[in-house]
Amino acid sequence: MSDEVAIHASGLTRTFGAFTAVDHISFDVGAGEVFGFLGANGAGKTTAIRMLTGLLAPSAGEATVAGHDVYRETEAIKRDIGYMSQRFSLYDDLTVRENIRLYGGIYDLTDATIRERTQRILSRLGLQHVENTLVHAIPLGWKQKLALSVALLHEPRIVFLDEPTSGVDPITRRQFWELIYEASHGGTTVLVTTHYMDEAEYCDRVSIMVAGRIAAIGTPAELERTHGVESIDELFVQLARNDPNARGAAGGGGAAA
Amino acid sequence: MSAPGSGSGAARRGGIRRFIRRTLVLAHAEVLHVTRDRATLLQIIVMPLVQLLILSNVATFAIQRSPVYVVDDDRTSTSRGLVSRLGASGLFDVVGRSSSPDSANEAMLRGRITLALTISHDFEADLVRTGQAPVALDVNTEKGAAAGVVQSYATQIIGAYAREIAAGMHPVPALALRDALPADEPPPIRGFGRVDVRFQDWYNPTLNYKHFMVPGILVALVTMIGTLLTAQNIAREKEMGTLEQLNVTPITKAEFITAKLLPFWVLALIDLVLGLIVGRLVFGIPMRGSVVLLLAAAAIYLVVALAIGLWISTTVDTQQQAMFVTFFVMMVYLLMSGLFTPIASMPHWVQLLSELNPVRHFVTIARAILVKGAGLREIAAPMLILTVYGIVVLLLAIRQYRKRTA
Amino acid sequence: MSALWGLLRKEMLHILRDRRTLVVLILMPIVEVLLFGFSIRTDVTDVRLAIVDPAPDAATLALRNRFAAGALFHTVAVLSRHDDLEPMFQTDAIQLAVEFPPNFARTLARGGAAQVHVITDATEPNSGTARQNYVAAVIDAYQQSLPAPTGSVRIVPSVRARFNPTLASSNLFVPGLLAFVLNIIAALMTALSLTREKETGTMEALLVSPLRPWQIIVGKVAPYLAIGFIGVLAVLVEASVVFHVPIRGSVTLLLAEGTLFILVALSIGILVSARTSSQRVAMMGAMLGTMLPTQMLSGFIFPIESMPRVLQWITLIVPARWFVTIARGIMLKGVGIGYLATETLVLAVMALVLLVASTRSFSVRLE
Repeated sequence: MSDEVAIHASGLTRTFGAFTAVDHISFDVGAGEVFGFLGANGAGKTTAIRMLTGLLAPSAGEATVAGHDVYRETEAIKRDIGYMSQRFSLYDDLTVRENIRLYGGIYDLTDATIRERTQRILSRLGLQHVENTLVHAIPLGWKQKLALSVALLHEPRIVFLDEPTSGVDPITRRQFWELIYEASHGGTTVLVTTHYMDEAEYCDRVSIMVAGRIAAIGTPAELERTHGVESIDELFVQLARNDPNARGAAGGGGAAA
Repeated sequence: MSAPGSGSGAARRGGIRRFIRRTLVLAHAEVLHVTRDRATLLQIIVMPLVQLLILSNVATFAIQRSPVYVVDDDRTSTSRGLVSRLGASGLFDVVGRSSSPDSANEAMLRGRITLALTISHDFEADLVRTGQAPVALDVNTEKGAAAGVVQSYATQIIGAYAREIAAGMHPVPALALRDALPADEPPPIRGFGRVDVRFQDWYNPTLNYKHFMVPGILVALVTMIGTLLTAQNIAREKEMGTLEQLNVTPITKAEFITAKLLPFWVLALIDLVLGLIVGRLVFGIPMRGSVVLLLAAAAIYLVVALAIGLWISTTVDTQQQAMFVTFFVMMVYLLMSGLFTPIASMPHWVQLLSELNPVRHFVTIARAILVKGAGLREIAAPMLILTVYGIVVLLLAIRQYRKRTA
Repeated sequence: MSALWGLLRKEMLHILRDRRTLVVLILMPIVEVLLFGFSIRTDVTDVRLAIVDPAPDAATLALRNRFAAGALFHTVAVLSRHDDLEPMFQTDAIQLAVEFPPNFARTLARGGAAQVHVITDATEPNSGTARQNYVAAVIDAYQQSLPAPTGSVRIVPSVRARFNPTLASSNLFVPGLLAFVLNIIAALMTALSLTREKETGTMEALLVSPLRPWQIIVGKVAPYLAIGFIGVLAVLVEASVVFHVPIRGSVTLLLAEGTLFILVALSIGILVSARTSSQRVAMMGAMLGTMLPTQMLSGFIFPIESMPRVLQWITLIVPARWFVTIARGIMLKGVGIGYLATETLVLAVMALVLLVASTRSFSVRLE
């Protein structure tokens, strides 16, 4: 959409002892893009995201997020990003409204802004009737949508979504992607990981990770054309099969289910 | 919000305001967590009070009706007089008598008696002849501290009986002189004078063990609860995954630690105040010094105790580990704090080591203020140590808390 | 049986592979006994003394010299005013003050009663009384050196401290510590083992295996019993080498009783972890509810005879109480099983009941 680079990674690597979880990955994400990070479980997607969000120190390579260096400026990065982790991580024993209030306060939003955005989120998600219900009592799909809204609460420039749709039903998944598009139209850059290969079609561009490396990167149409496959799913299975360690290959086969 | 470099004073004010607001927002959430967890809340409030009520009764070395066995080989009125004085004191219960030492020995081996008194055959005759006679006291040291107390009581009763006999043998001069003198003045005796020792038990004239133990147990309970709760807290957030969500926000380490500390600090202070009220109403513990000063000292001390908990919590990965580490830290802290056994009885090097124990300092402060009526000047030294301790541990906890995994 | 054997082997491997935990389990009791053996004492020594002597004379100086000569007292200050005492007591600078009146020697020489005030910090009554006794002994000795007043009668008690003639605190507390430390490591061990099984889900696998509940329990308990036994041995060696605590009775009997006690502690651990689901509440409760009570209700520091009747009854269900008696009995008194039959029986019944209860709670989980 614009030429501005939101995320830049070059040779980014992370090792745990002898194990290399992320192995020299390089890519750029333009501002406003919806960028998909595809891969089997254990392919290194989450490790990559944790490095970019400043949660994990990289072992080697370079990266900037919103122009801030991932080694030295992690706290500056945190002001400009939103994050939704693989595990549901809002507080179960707080109500919907209290969770929004908490994160609004942490991001220094004014009370008026928090009130206004709380209303907007509740009505957009249709959660008005459970606003004072403890989060542990609402269904998983609602929780996930709430978590996404909270990650977007302070209108970050970039939002990282780590497998946001795992375990939710197809209808909720669709609604979820509508929310992602809304954020993207608002100018937010979205980096989303998934192991549902059909979701790749929703992304502007995707990268497919296999065994810590980026095996393919481009728009879904480009990838299908250059690799001569019918779908991203087919490409994925093909790439995973070539993985010398065969790591995660079994999981990849059934990933589109 | 202010751009970097534009008016650092305004930026700092903005920074402080932001610090306070974020801290309060996070602390508020923490309060909600605690108040919604009824079981934990009950443990925090009720458990210490119940324990205070029960355990304060345990901690006493005082003895009442301690079982004693008498081996009376003399069987004269004088020897029987001594035995009856023991029973009449209310401190001893003569559970058996015989003329052979074997059954006394048996009772002692079985742990049924704390004391065996043996009066030998010539007791009365010796007293009459020489004015002096021995008796044997066998103290069962297995009974621990009670043994020392029993021995001291028995010695006193025997001494009093000797004086009674002396008065009976020489009634006339003593009585005549006593009538001639003012009531307070003990009778002068011909020859060299005597040293008349008057004992004064300061701070605890009734020798009530509860006055000593209640403040100590209260400190122990508040410390255990505060440290446990904070030690568990961050570890729990690590396990639940909620910590990661906080770690990707711009919240600073200092804000995070302060917000974690604040609610438990208030809770622990509430616990302490409740405990003091119970201590006062139920056990009648003295409050000779200023309660305000005590609370001020507690405010500083609790920062130390809670920061230690937070420090533990930042270093471990699971609640389980947090529990075990806290358990051991607490055990060492409590047993070496002078709470149960006097610091002065410990070897010199342990006394030095115990200077590192914050519980020791606060136990000292609490007892000095409540029991001895000490003021700020008298507790200045331990207060200073606690303040330095608090700052150091807090900084350690803040430093130790990692928003990013290395 | 071979299934049971397999389980035992598996447990042993777990323990032996986890070196760090193993070291902690063996080292912990040793370090603790060392630390607490030195610090838990009630001997009153090195009394910090202040003398208030507004008008020193030959007699006060003679008495002051007696205080200075003894190893028990440490004269911190000689004051001339009574009012200076209070701040010194409040800062804990002194524990005892001896105050002479003016004209002390003259009163004595004239045959009168010369008053000496002995002021003790009685905040802790036990040490307070002990210090008073020391002072009384010093003054009594001085009195004896003076020409005796006529017509005195003395009954001289010769005190024998049975079982601990030197009255060393360590002789008394180290056997108690044995109970205390074993109690804690046993609880720690089972908690570690069982919660790990729960966390990793392997407990489910064990429960659906053809192993009977009692076999699972035996498999779980036996290896830790072995480690606990090593702990007992280590602590006993330490007690006699470092603290010179005598073991007058049979070492074999002591080891057997120690094993029985560990068995009780382990079964409590198993029962609790088998029955609780909420870790947080269970752990908080277990710690808050057991730490102080086992320190205080076992007779380890505070004599049970001094407690109110109701609390004395409560101590009956504290296993450590029985083992403290046993350990002191064997080590200090040198008595045999005949004298410890009641205590042993109580522990045995406790072990049996707890083991059956934990076996049953496992069976319930199976259904």
